[in-house]
Amino acid sequence: MTPFTYTRAHDPASAVAAVAGRPDAVFLAGGSNLVDHLKLGVATPGEVVDVTGLALTGIEDGSDGGLRIGAGVRNSDPAADARVRERYPVLARALLAGASPQIRHQASTAGNLLQRTRCVYFQDTTTPCNKREPGSGCSAIGGYERYAAILGASPACVATHPSDLAVALRVLDASVVVLGPDGERRLPFGELHRLPGDDPSRDTTLAHGELVTAVELPAPPPGARSTYVKVRDRASYAFALVSVAALLVPSDAGDPRDAAQVRLAFGGVAHVPWRATRAEEALTGVRLTDEAIDAAVELELEAATTSEGTAYKRAMLRGTVRAALRELSTGERTLR
Amino acid sequence: MSEPTGPTLLDPVQMGRPVGRLDGRRKVLGVAPYAVEHEAEGAAQAAMVASTVPRGRVRSIDATAARALPGVLAVLDHTNAPRVADGEDREFAPLQDDTVWFRRQPVALVVAESSEVAREAAALVAVEYDEEPAEVGLRPDSPRLYTPEKLSDGSESDTSAGDVEAALAAATHVVDETYATPYEHNNPMEPHATIATWHGEDAGLGDGPVLTLVDSTQGVHAVRSSLAPVLGIEPERLEVVAPYVGGGFGSKGAPHVNVVLAALAAKALAPRPVRLTVTRQQMFALVGYRTATIQHFRLGADADGRLTAISHDVLEQSAAIKEFVEQTGSPTRSMYAAPNRRTTHRVARLDVAIPFWMRAPGEMPGMFAHEVAMDELAHRCGLDPIELRVRNEPDVDPETGHPFGRRRLLECLRRGAERFGWEEGPRAPLSRREGDWLVGTGVASSTYPANAMPGNEATVTFEHGCYAVGIGAADIGTGSWTSLTQVTADALGVGLEQIRLGIGDTRYPSASVAGGSSGLSSWGIAITAAARAFREQHGDRPSEGASATAGMPDNPDLQEYALNSYGAHFAKVRVHADTGQIRVPRMLGVFSVGRAVNPTTLRSQFLGGMVMGLSAALFEESVRDPRFGHVVTQDLASYHVAANADVADLDAIWLDDDVETHLNPMGSRGAGEIGIVGSPAAIVNAVFDATGVRVRDLPVTADKLLAGLLPQRERDHVLGDASA
Ligand SMILES: Cc1cc2nc3c(=O)[nH]c(=O)nc-3n(C[C@H](O)[C@H](O)[C@H](O)COP(=O)(O)OP(=O)(O)OC[C@H]3O[C@@H](n4cnc5c(N)ncnc54)[C@H](O)[C@@H]3O)c2cc1C
Repeated sequence: MTPFTYTRAHDPASAVAAVAGRPDAVFLAGGSNLVDHLKLGVATPGEVVDVTGLALTGIEDGSDGGLRIGAGVRNSDPAADARVRERYPVLARALLAGASPQIRHQASTAGNLLQRTRCVYFQDTTTPCNKREPGSGCSAIGGYERYAAILGASPACVATHPSDLAVALRVLDASVVVLGPDGERRLPFGELHRLPGDDPSRDTTLAHGELVTAVELPAPPPGARSTYVKVRDRASYAFALVSVAALLVPSDAGDPRDAAQVRLAFGGVAHVPWRATRAEEALTGVRLTDEAIDAAVELELEAATTSEGTAYKRAMLRGTVRAALRELSTGERTLR
Repeated sequence: MSEPTGPTLLDPVQMGRPVGRLDGRRKVLGVAPYAVEHEAEGAAQAAMVASTVPRGRVRSIDATAARALPGVLAVLDHTNAPRVADGEDREFAPLQDDTVWFRRQPVALVVAESSEVAREAAALVAVEYDEEPAEVGLRPDSPRLYTPEKLSDGSESDTSAGDVEAALAAATHVVDETYATPYEHNNPMEPHATIATWHGEDAGLGDGPVLTLVDSTQGVHAVRSSLAPVLGIEPERLEVVAPYVGGGFGSKGAPHVNVVLAALAAKALAPRPVRLTVTRQQMFALVGYRTATIQHFRLGADADGRLTAISHDVLEQSAAIKEFVEQTGSPTRSMYAAPNRRTTHRVARLDVAIPFWMRAPGEMPGMFAHEVAMDELAHRCGLDPIELRVRNEPDVDPETGHPFGRRRLLECLRRGAERFGWEEGPRAPLSRREGDWLVGTGVASSTYPANAMPGNEATVTFEHGCYAVGIGAADIGTGSWTSLTQVTADALGVGLEQIRLGIGDTRYPSASVAGGSSGLSSWGIAITAAARAFREQHGDRPSEGASATAGMPDNPDLQEYALNSYGAHFAKVRVHADTGQIRVPRMLGVFSVGRAVNPTTLRSQFLGGMVMGLSAALFEESVRDPRFGHVVTQDLASYHVAANADVADLDAIWLDDDVETHLNPMGSRGAGEIGIVGSPAAIVNAVFDATGVRVRDLPVTADKLLAGLLPQRERDHVLGDASA
């Protein structure tokens, strides 16, 4: 572990100033990702600015029927919050599908969204990785690809974003509140993460020193049902092979398989939580039969590139979307 | 003692009782010290520098930056490290020359005031290599494949009886399939760790220990006898201490390079103690692992399902630096009756880390293949898989012709079938569905040899109204502190409160390792012999300080009987029809392992073994990247072992009136490993029953099933047919 300076920020503005003023400074929240990286030599900051003392720990009702979740709220809290569970089941379920109870108690909202890829080569400083060491190459391509991206990847990087929470927020049309040296701004959640392109070293569009202060959720559409289905090897404590956040507004008509609106976001398939807009379009105003769902997912996956290690994700994604939408249309939860 | 006609059994008074762990309180309070938690005043900390090439030579090592770091005490490499006295075993000769045998091999060692400084300095050591071409992947066509002289259990590499090819050609039913098992890593909770203190030759008036190793090991005497010659120390002057050990699963059954490095560093810094902890990532390279296997299994049977041929050809991997040959085909030789049998082993010594024991080495991967092949045969014969096993039960050990001590496999299967609610008859895959889940059940047999290792000795001394009993045994978390106290009490005919047990220290007499499910047997034999000798010499009213020491009496039964434990595993699985996710709602194991010396710790061994079997069936796989040569899933977030949520209704029972009369005075046989043998096969067989998909390479994961799962409509069709 490289020596570094540790400071505790007491208000958001000084936290921003501290990090913005020093290129090798970083924010520290729960530390469940960053501290690992310090130990592994993946992160070698000169200064670590602890933001756990900032008063960013509230879950508050918004004026529009939405919710505002502070950046410092521990992952276990929204998962247990009655408002979240009632209005945004997808969010509570995504959180509970992540990590372990201990880690959820430790992990913060912002830290979860800004956690870095779990690609094994990124975490191993003895193997090339463009994300960790730009220009060194991508070891995942042609290597251990089981968790690699199939959508939006580039020849420079096939890493996936590991957060479950992010997939739920993507389907909820959340926005992120950010404080920078020049003041506060809001960005739609879909603009927070970025595809790797030829610069995989950057996971997000945030500028150095920008502090996430909150996530804002708009009120869910009236009558909406939502859920999160995560497929993983073991029953808990594993990152997603693929995951699906789904939101469905039933139509007024008789058959529950007819939906007025369908929203889908995928995890485990891209460098970002992937909003499946093409599949959503294909499923709008269509009866949600297995065949229709499969066809819609295939349409979304037209842009996908798979390898031997990731080929399974097509079928798995189709099956996971089927399971999610079947649950929402029948109200029966078979996968947890 | 009476004439040698096998052991005279003890009267079980304390044995058989579910005595709670005597060390439990100390562990819960956190005052039972694990290796690095021992006091060691002024100890320095060491950190290893690992090679980043799989094969070649170290051209140069520049430790300037590391040495400049405040707090760094020494940087050792092959140019300046203390020499070993005997470097023949290359695992134990680190930093002696510039050869790199595998990626992640230690090429330098930093010793510093703190572990943080040591690790940081280790990262600053700049090593350059002359890399050579390496072969790191196990391939069936590897030019490095050869026939090993012996397997690691001491048996022959190849065996053959009758004419397998002719029998297969004439068989009505044939299974001819290839099964594969992956690399797996033991991953005990407590990492391998050592505190080494080099006192020097003059210590303690010339006969005190030259070196003390507080180590996390499955056998203090094994560490002593392996490393004394390496370090050029009289064995009696190498002291090894390990009172509490946080698991080993075989990986601590012998010392590994880290212990030698700790000793060399301690010698360089003498008399200052040096602590060396292997990191979790380093455990994936330095402390052993289960080799991968590729197993060609062939079974031939007549129309009634009676086996005519059993053929098991094993390809597996070892390391260029040191040979270790997994006994994968061994259990096949004694499992079922067939006139024509053969087993072969071919091994490739690759430029990779050294494989070693992992819980049931050989039996676990070998019986996986055998028991899945049996399930396939049952399917082909249209027989209930239990009935197939009934029809192939041997009268005597097929391999040696010796009578079995007591082979109760069929009772285990029948008892299990009853308790599990096994539906008799041939399996009809894809015939049960609960909602979106396909449901299936599977069964598999289990076996494990009844081992007692030579070289054990115990001493009994009467002190202050109690019996101090010493033997250099180990408790690696299994409960030996407790069960050995029970054995000792019965051997002396006194209550538990009168026993003062001493283990985990070379100051006690020689003992074999806690491995091969042999610990309690081997140590108990010596303890009983010492107790009997004590009573013979000192009677029932010994005087203060009375003492007796004894080793193991001859046991001719070992040459005359085939002694094995047996078991039956039952599993229920659910496979999600859309996503392929697999869950195991129920597992049942039924075992015959002789007397339950302590039912609580016995059950815990079974359950632990079965959970590890579940883990092997569904999760565990170390991915070695052939381009680099090391395992890239090198932490517990990417190397999955079963989590709590994966274990549902898990039960283990054992047969009543089970007393082994040929092995030891306790009537027991050992139980540490049998739980993992066969359990992966039961799960894989259940997955086939649920889905109709036969996966022959472990682990079985959702992605492997997805390809084979029928689309919904076809599935409805099959299910419709089945229920019609
Ligand atoms: C074994 C294991 C299993 C896990 N499994 C899952 C899983 O299944 N699903 C899942 O979603 N996650 C999983 N996680 C990841 C876990 O959720 C994250 O580690 C955690 O959410 C990170 O939050 P933190 O507060 O600890 O972040 P930190 O480690 O403190 O920080 C993470 C990053 O965010 C930055 N940061 C933190 N706060 C701010 C802020 N306010 N503004 C700007 N930047 C900030 C930090 O600089 C750092 O780069 C797992 C983690 C582990 C160790």
